[in-house]
Amino acid sequence: MNNRETKTVHTYSQFKATLSITKASLRSIVRNPSSVIFTLLFPLIFIIVFGFIGSGGSARFDVGFYSTSSNNNQLFHSLITVENFNIVLDLTDEELNSRLEKGEVDAIFNITKNPAGTLPEYVLEIKTNKAKPEKSSLIRLISGQVLSNFNISLVKEQPPVAVIKQTDIEGRLFNTIDFILPGQLGFSILSAGVFGTAFVFISLRENLVIKRFFATPINRNNIVLGEALSRLIFSITGSVIIIGIGHFLFGFTLVNGFWTFINMLAVSALGLVVFLGIGFLVSNIAKNINAVPPIANLVTLPQFLLAGTFFSIDVFPSWLQPVSRAMPLTYLNDALRKIAFDGATIFTLPKELLILTVWGVVIYFFAVKFFKWE
Amino acid sequence: MISQKKIIEVKNLVKKYDDLTAVNDISFDVYEGEIFGLLGPNGAGKTTTLEIIETLREQTSGEVLVEGLSVTTQKNEVKKIIGVQLQQSGFYPNLNLTELIKLFVGLYNIETDPMEVLELVGLKEKSKAIYQTLSGGQKQRFAVATTIINKPKIVFLDEPTTGLDPQARRNLWELIQNIRDTGSTVVLTTHYMDEAEKLCDRVGIVDAGRIIELDTPGNLIDNLLAKGFTREEKLKHASLEDVFIHLTGKDLRDE
Repeated sequence: MNNRETKTVHTYSQFKATLSITKASLRSIVRNPSSVIFTLLFPLIFIIVFGFIGSGGSARFDVGFYSTSSNNNQLFHSLITVENFNIVLDLTDEELNSRLEKGEVDAIFNITKNPAGTLPEYVLEIKTNKAKPEKSSLIRLISGQVLSNFNISLVKEQPPVAVIKQTDIEGRLFNTIDFILPGQLGFSILSAGVFGTAFVFISLRENLVIKRFFATPINRNNIVLGEALSRLIFSITGSVIIIGIGHFLFGFTLVNGFWTFINMLAVSALGLVVFLGIGFLVSNIAKNINAVPPIANLVTLPQFLLAGTFFSIDVFPSWLQPVSRAMPLTYLNDALRKIAFDGATIFTLPKELLILTVWGVVIYFFAVKFFKWE
Repeated sequence: MISQKKIIEVKNLVKKYDDLTAVNDISFDVYEGEIFGLLGPNGAGKTTTLEIIETLREQTSGEVLVEGLSVTTQKNEVKKIIGVQLQQSGFYPNLNLTELIKLFVGLYNIETDPMEVLELVGLKEKSKAIYQTLSGGQKQRFAVATTIINKPKIVFLDEPTTGLDPQARRNLWELIQNIRDTGSTVVLTTHYMDEAEKLCDRVGIVDAGRIIELDTPGNLIDNLLAKGFTREEKLKHASLEDVFIHLTGKDLRDE
């Protein structure tokens, strides 16, 4: 026993101690089936299920043309052959307008020939329902894709023959996975943050694991930091796997490739930090481990259903939408979709990121206030 | 064998919880190199006293110095030179013993081979086992292993043998003596008198938050005899425990 070699490092490093907690915690998480199921398996199952059901994996929109639309041209034929568009025929302009208002028609197109006779030769006007911003933006995206193909095929390196009147967003074909995946990513981060933290932290406290840590020279806050760090690493790895599988197996579109991917991860990390706070809060207000599931479900289930995980918030009745608009997951999902759809970046999403951050500040205020060590 | 150098000084220690006084003006010293025992019934204040010395609880009043360091103002310095086995403690779930030792190695910022530590407590074969699957005796030995990782000057053991079978208790006694022989001071609590008599150089008897006697086991017995005490029934030269050990052997069971 005497000849046991023990070298003592003279300056104690809290960082090193924190990392040893992170390492242990990460090992424990990976070996815990429920964390793997919630963070990876469930989101992937939903992605696969929703990726295969629904009209051939693509989103469908009902669109009509005004009677004034100049339809005797290549642009019209390109638009009506788009797989995402279900063309509504034989309706008067009034009927089209009223159906658009009721949400039975998603968009009305009007192609006009440029009266000046100069380029662009055609102007495509798109009328959409303001109450359905996400559908509208998708229809514009798809139309933009059509136009860009149209331009390239007809007049190479010349001014475009047709422009969309409102916007000139980079277009692409939109698949169901492009909507489903960001929502599932949000769900994965929410469950990892809340369930993964609340259960584990309360059991570490109840089983006196944390008390045993207190008898070592690590600072209390570094114990929490070490735990948070391991969850961040685990969850971001999960995000990489979900996005990777989505992209390579199911055709999830990364508009700006790697840059879009990096931005999605950055927003995921912010979301996780916010939801970790909820997890800590739940573990502190729960009297014992049996009280965790009801509280954690109360926090996650409404967000799971109402924060735009599976369907756009637009489909909810208007009285319910403010509830959705109050949830942090809504803004994580919104931010992820905008990055994935529109090629937004963390620098162009001030609203979403600000609201998430405010949520984070409020949550951590209470998490610190109610923090229980034993 | 025991020096007269004070390694722990407890002065007028008081701990109150609301209307309960758990520790009521306790003072004692522990000398370097000894095995010091706090004896007493459940609820006497042994664990509270120990946890204040271990920096895990704040006293209401009084002072505790460990190697001259204050447990109130120099907590982290104290923690570096002590090893602590709690009366009840859990270890990180889903990790095997080697990984748990590595975790503590990181927490103490030292470098040591986990296998050597496990060998010292006879758990080398269990190095890949999960803590939660160990038997009671193995769990206690593992808890003791985590107290010696940082080669502490003082090891605290709170009821280390409670709930163990006679073989496992004897095995743990050997382990505790080995720890002392490597130069660590040991402070333990117990409510088994045979254990205190066998292991401890000095014992403090605690009741209702006070130390009512403090001396070597031998002196305490002699003092009692000097007062004219005799056992009601003359003791046989062997106890039932001797019979049990004789019949079942001293070897640890394959727990």
